[in-house]
Amino acid sequence: MNIKENIESNRLNFWEKLYLPEIAKGMASTFKAMFEPKFTRSYPEEKMTPSPSFRGRPVLVLEEDGERCVACGLCSRVCPALAIEVQAAETDRDKERYPKLFEINMLRCIFCAYCEEVCPEEAIVMSKDYELVFTSQEDAILPKEKLLVPIEELQDRLEWLRQYK
Amino acid sequence: MPQINIDGKIITAEVGKTIIEAAIQNGIHIPHFCWHPELSVAGNCRMCLVEIGMHKKTPSGTFEFTEDGTPVIQWFPKLQIACSTQVSDGMFVRIANSKVTHAQEAVMEFLLINHPLDCPICDEAGECKLQEYAFNHSNGESRFFEQKNHKPKRIEWGPNVIYDAERCISCSRCIRYAKEVAKQDVLTFVNRGDHVTIELFEGTQFDNDYSMNVIEICPVGALTSKDFRFKTRVWEMSFTESICTGCAKGCNTKIGVRNNEILRIQPNTNMYVNRYWLCDHGRLNTFRNVNENRVTHNQIKTDNIQSKVSFEEAKSFAIENIHKYKSSEIMVIGSPYSTNEDLFVLQKFAKTILKTKHLDFIPRIDDKFGDDFLKQKDVTPNTTGARELGIVPIQEGFDTSQLRKAIETNHIKCVIIMNDDLSDQPTLLKSFEELEFLITLSSNHSKLTDIADVTFALSTFAEVDGTFTNIDGRVQHFTPAIVTKENLHRMGMKMSRLDKFGAPNDHWTQKEHRDCKPGWKIITSLANSMGASWHFKTASEVFDEITKQIPSFNGMNYELINKYQGLVLGRANRPDEVLVNYVSHYMKPD
Repeated sequence: MNIKENIESNRLNFWEKLYLPEIAKGMASTFKAMFEPKFTRSYPEEKMTPSPSFRGRPVLVLEEDGERCVACGLCSRVCPALAIEVQAAETDRDKERYPKLFEINMLRCIFCAYCEEVCPEEAIVMSKDYELVFTSQEDAILPKEKLLVPIEELQDRLEWLRQYK
Repeated sequence: MPQINIDGKIITAEVGKTIIEAAIQNGIHIPHFCWHPELSVAGNCRMCLVEIGMHKKTPSGTFEFTEDGTPVIQWFPKLQIACSTQVSDGMFVRIANSKVTHAQEAVMEFLLINHPLDCPICDEAGECKLQEYAFNHSNGESRFFEQKNHKPKRIEWGPNVIYDAERCISCSRCIRYAKEVAKQDVLTFVNRGDHVTIELFEGTQFDNDYSMNVIEICPVGALTSKDFRFKTRVWEMSFTESICTGCAKGCNTKIGVRNNEILRIQPNTNMYVNRYWLCDHGRLNTFRNVNENRVTHNQIKTDNIQSKVSFEEAKSFAIENIHKYKSSEIMVIGSPYSTNEDLFVLQKFAKTILKTKHLDFIPRIDDKFGDDFLKQKDVTPNTTGARELGIVPIQEGFDTSQLRKAIETNHIKCVIIMNDDLSDQPTLLKSFEELEFLITLSSNHSKLTDIADVTFALSTFAEVDGTFTNIDGRVQHFTPAIVTKENLHRMGMKMSRLDKFGAPNDHWTQKEHRDCKPGWKIITSLANSMGASWHFKTASEVFDEITKQIPSFNGMNYELINKYQGLVLGRANRPDEVLVNYVSHYMKPD
């Protein structure tokens, strides 16, 4: 079939067919944007500080006397991607149970924050950390030492949770 | 027999039965904590309150009806407990009206006043009766804002049981169990009111052989197992019904598996064998050899060096050497630890392929182990089966007591031994070193596998489909709980969630799938390579062959055995009645 109707050149008027005025229009728009205020940032040098509602890397809350987590395993159970592994053990503290092993596989994590929602101790929260780069599969499985974050750094997320959870 | 009406359902119960018993036998669940069918009635939890009424009678003794035919019922002014009220003819019971529900909610609120609600820490969470009822029979609200009572925690009652007084709801099941079933009356309530707690009498320990049953009957997490404590959450395990291998009683068990490792063994109710109980030995010791020290590869010994080989290589090496001996120089030793299927195929192999008369097994009797409850003197699970299937010397063949002499006098030069490590037979084991050729089918490394010329990796009871015949001749079926390379294809849905969905880079599924086979499969393969043509593909096909060949097994099959929780030898056509098994509380969904 030979289509002669509704082709691009049929829809253009004479000035548009010339192209030159159109190029000038485009350049005007470009030059105008050059002097407008920027809304991007030069990322690696200039970092973003997300709001408390941001769901970054899940972390464990570290208090003065150790981690809050009692290794109940609910985060592991609720995790839709099976990213969390918890192995409990006994301690002499008041809370008899602590996580001997706590690992989050960041390759599996989908940042849904179900773990944070289900946690009865407010021990696992979503941090503001969004820089997640790993060089091997093994590195992406974060052990307890890498997950523990002092409670002072997580205050605004905990505050946000208390308000909106 | 009295007829009673529970919420419109008319049921018949024997005279003297309580309402709760009659209800459970008819599949009606009345919430309760302290009642247990094997224990005396305490009536102290008040959870089973129901509304009871009697059909009004006319002065002449007949039942009275209104004009439209509905019965005239005189309801008791107060609620009654179903666990200690006996049924009587014309009784009406309401178990779900608002009055009863309100009472249940009040009881739950009352029980939860001093309960610490430390479910995240508690091992019972997930299979807790209090948790379950808090969902089903509580309005979820508490009016108690004061300080909760604090009581002692982590008290060791004995070598295997730990008591947490805070979680205790004072149902007294453990006290009654210790007194009535375990016959070690060392527990009692002390103090009063909300300070009540359970203590041991001074200078005593709850160190009974059956002490760990209190862990199951405890409706909350007050009693936990020292061995299992904090090992895993219950919902992370898969549960498989199995049979205990600790002695000849054949107690029904439930195996809890996570990461291809047995973590817990619990009793499974079978009213004809172990009722609701299991001994501590069965719980603690029978799974160690499944988890530890396993033979995971077939191996052969050449020039005194053990080397790992494939199954085919091991098989051809074995057959090559078997052919060097006359049939009268070969002895086949079965095992009372093996399944009926393994033993049947082994004796068939000995009789038809090797044509040897020397066939026997070593029974294990321990007089100190037996008692008058569950534990038997015969400490192996399948001695009855081994005898029944003909693991005995044929005519003047050697038995195991003559074996040492026969080896020393060079009458026996080659031995094939299945599933027995002879660790308790040092002199016989010593004489085995003089054998020219030794083939073992072993699940665990031992001195025997060190001296063996060929070792076939054998599956344990937890990895195979099979049957054991207990001391009363009851044939009971069990299925695999643990994944091996060989049974992987049929284990998918049975595995726990974590095991099912693990990927190679996940740290939580690192336990290997062992390369071992059930005994009947190894022997069948050997036989077929030596000229036989046996077509056993599954254990149930072997069992079908047993039922055809051995008269006492006639009429049995796995389906029937499962249906009746075991069939007794020679009585397959007259099975025991199927009962409604009472289950106090368990992991749901299991």
